[in-house]
Amino acid sequence: MLFYSFFKSLVGKDVVVELKNDLSICGTLHSVDQFLNIKLTEITVTDPDKYPHMLSVKNCFIRGSVVRYVQLPADECDTQLLQDAARKEAAQSKQ
Amino acid sequence: MANALESYIDHTVSVITNDGRQIVGTLKGFDQTINLILDESHERVYSNTQGVEQVVLGLYIIRGDNIAVIGEVDDDTDSSLDLSNIKAEPLNPVVH
Repeated sequence: MLFYSFFKSLVGKDVVVELKNDLSICGTLHSVDQFLNIKLTEITVTDPDKYPHMLSVKNCFIRGSVVRYVQLPADECDTQLLQDAARKEAAQSKQ
Repeated sequence: MANALESYIDHTVSVITNDGRQIVGTLKGFDQTINLILDESHERVYSNTQGVEQVVLGLYIIRGDNIAVIGEVDDDTDSSLDLSNIKAEPLNPVVH
């Protein structure tokens, strides 16, 4: 649930999602769900010459299982908060 | 699941599958595991040497396990595309 909450806090920000098939998609985070499926709006493909497959697509839904990385600007992420939340979560699951 | 595919229902969508195929069709239904029902679907086969080939498929169910991306196609942009002139490497398969 930790990362689900983390992504919910990032809705509206611009991110780049790198998939396990090496496709990278840049867009605005529209929504996320419990499986970490991601919906992006206003997408652009990072390398459109290599990947013309998404030319007529403006919004997309990405299945969580196929995401390799989600790249975000450093200033969108409060690392201290994340660390604290992760520690709490680890402590909870230890019980 | 607030982040549903409801808004794509009855729209043209482009599905990228785990084996690197692209299937375009009208989204008729979906479920929790992202199994999809696509009507009037066709596969777009990309090649380095010749333009895009479209293979007509008809009414399809795609199992959610095998789906990577579902893109909402903007019909105006799509009809202005000259598919016979687009050359590209086929997509990589998904590697976990």
